[in-house]
Amino acid sequence: MTELRGFYTLWLREVKRYLRNRTRIVSSFMQPLLWLVIFGSGVRFSGDIGGLTYQQFIFPGIIGQTLLFTAMFMGISVIWDKEFGFMKEILVAPISRFSIFMGKMIGDSTDAVLQGVIVFFLGFILGVPINLVMFLAILPIMLLTTFGLVSIGLTIASYITDLESFGVIQSFINLPLFFLSGALFPLQGLPEWLQVASRLNPLTYGVDALRTVILGGAWQSIYPLWMDLAIIGGFNVVLIAVGTWAFGRMK
Amino acid sequence: MVNVIETKLLTKSFNSLTAVDRLDIAVESGEIFGLLGPNGAGKTTTISMLCTILKPTSGTAKVNGFDIVKESTNVRKSIGIVFQDPSVDDRLTGRENLYMHANLYGVPANQHKTRINEVLNLVQLEDRADDILRTYSGGMRRRLELARGLIHYPKVLFLDEPTLGLDPQTREHIWEYVRELKKTHDITVVLTTHYMDEADRLCDRIAIMDYGKIIALDTPARLKDTLAGDVIMVKANNLEALKALVAEQLHLDKLQRVNDTLEITVRNGKSLLPRVMELATENKIFVESILLREPNLEDVFLHYTGRTIRADAAREFHGISAMQRRKIK
Repeated sequence: MTELRGFYTLWLREVKRYLRNRTRIVSSFMQPLLWLVIFGSGVRFSGDIGGLTYQQFIFPGIIGQTLLFTAMFMGISVIWDKEFGFMKEILVAPISRFSIFMGKMIGDSTDAVLQGVIVFFLGFILGVPINLVMFLAILPIMLLTTFGLVSIGLTIASYITDLESFGVIQSFINLPLFFLSGALFPLQGLPEWLQVASRLNPLTYGVDALRTVILGGAWQSIYPLWMDLAIIGGFNVVLIAVGTWAFGRMK
Repeated sequence: MVNVIETKLLTKSFNSLTAVDRLDIAVESGEIFGLLGPNGAGKTTTISMLCTILKPTSGTAKVNGFDIVKESTNVRKSIGIVFQDPSVDDRLTGRENLYMHANLYGVPANQHKTRINEVLNLVQLEDRADDILRTYSGGMRRRLELARGLIHYPKVLFLDEPTLGLDPQTREHIWEYVRELKKTHDITVVLTTHYMDEADRLCDRIAIMDYGKIIALDTPARLKDTLAGDVIMVKANNLEALKALVAEQLHLDKLQRVNDTLEITVRNGKSLLPRVMELATENKIFVESILLREPNLEDVFLHYTGRTIRADAAREFHGISAMQRRKIK
C-alpha cells in the first residue's frame, strides 16, 4: 500500500510539473509541426511512398519522434532532480527503488503520450484521416512504446551528473534512434548493416505499429501488429529491469 | 535514558581517505545532539550513514533500535532529514511538497490534511502554502524542509547544517522551531554545524569532530569548563615579544596566537589583565587593545585541535559560492 501510494505521488508530480510548464507544451508541439508542414511538403515532390503522400507517410513517424524526444527529455530530467537535490529526498524515502523508478517512468510516459496526442490531432490540419477508434487504438501503442524509451532516458540520467551532457545524448541517442526508426523513410532502402541496427531499435516497432493503425491497408507493415507489440513488450521488460537496477545503485 | 542512536566503530573510507574513523557515539532519546566541526570533518558522512544513504565501510550503528544496514527501511521510517543542500521541488507548491512527502512516508491518507496544517503552522507558512516554491525566499524553503521532515512524526530528526547561508534573523527563527519541537514532539534532534553559537545555544550535548574522529563530547557548559578560565585577548605591535614575556614572567603556558591577536587562557582573568598591561608598558610594547572574555566553543575547538574553525569556515564559504555559481550556470 505504501509502495502504491509512493508510486502514485511520484507519477502525480511528473504530470503536474508537465502541465504547469506551458512553454514546454507549446514549443514541443511546434517542432513536429515544422517537420510535418515544411519538411513534409518539401520532400513530397521527390515522390510518394506506396501510394501514400509523403506527409501521410511521415505522420505516424513524427508521432513516434515526438514520443522519443519527449521521453528522452523527461527521462533526462532526473539530472535536474539530482542537481537540485530533490532526488535525495525521494531516494531516502522508505519505498523501494522499483516503485520510485516506476513512478517516475510512468509519470514521464504519461507526459510523452499527452504530447503524442497533441501531434495526433494535428493530423486534422494536415488532412490525414483520423477518427476516434483510431485514437483509442494508438493510445496503448504510444504508452507501450514510451515506457521503453523513458527507461533508456532514466537509465542514462542515473549515470550522468552534469547538464552539459544533454547535447551528447541528443547526438548519440535521440537522432540515431529517430533516423533508424523508419519515421522519415522506409527502412528497406538502407544498407544491410543499418537495417540490422534498425531492428535493435525499439522505436522501429513503435513506428511500424502506429503506421499499421493510422494508415490501415495502405501501409505494408514490417511485422504484424501483435508481433510489433510483443517485441516492444520484450524490450520494455529488459529496459525497465535495467533502469530499476540503475536506480538501485544511485546515491 | 534510552539511547536512540548507537554507533559501534562506525567507519567510512573513500579510497585512501578515512572520512569517519571508528566512531562510537550514543545519542539519548529526547536530546538535541550537535556534531560540530570544520568542513571535511566527517559530519555529513556520519549523518549520511545514519540515514542509510551511505553504507559504512565497517562497524555498525542502530537508529531507533534498527540496524542501519540490515533494517534500512525501518530506519528510514523512523527518521526525518533536512539536507545541507535544498531538496524541495520548486515547481510545486509548499502544500504539494508536503503532501508528496506524506505519501512517500506512508502517512495514513485520512491524516494528511491535519498533519500538513499542523507542520505548516509550526513553521508559520500557512499563508504561503499554496504558492509555488519558486516564489519562496531561502529561509522559507528551509522552513518548509523542516516542516517536511516532521510530517511523518519521526523519532529522530537529522538537520545537516540547518542554517547554512541564512541571515541571522532566520537562523534565530529556525532555532526557535527546533527548541519548540523538542518540547512538543518528543523528538531527538541530531544536527551538524560549524557555527559555534548555533551549537552552543541549541544543543544539549556536542561532539566536536575533526578528521573523522570525535575529539570531545559533552554539554556546551562542561566543554567550556575544561578550558578552566577566561581568555585575555591582546592586540599589540610586537606580539611575539609579548608572548615570550608573558610566558616567562607570569608563568602562563596557555598562549595562542590567532592572526594579529594573542589569546591568553587564564584562571583569573580579572586580576591578570592589569599585569599583562604592566608588562607590556614596562617593555615598551604598544598595546592596541585588550579584552577579557568568557571562553566559548571556539576556544574549546582551538584547545583540542590547535586550529580555529573560522579559518576552515572561510574556505567552506568559498566552496559554497563556487557551487552556487555552477548551479546558476
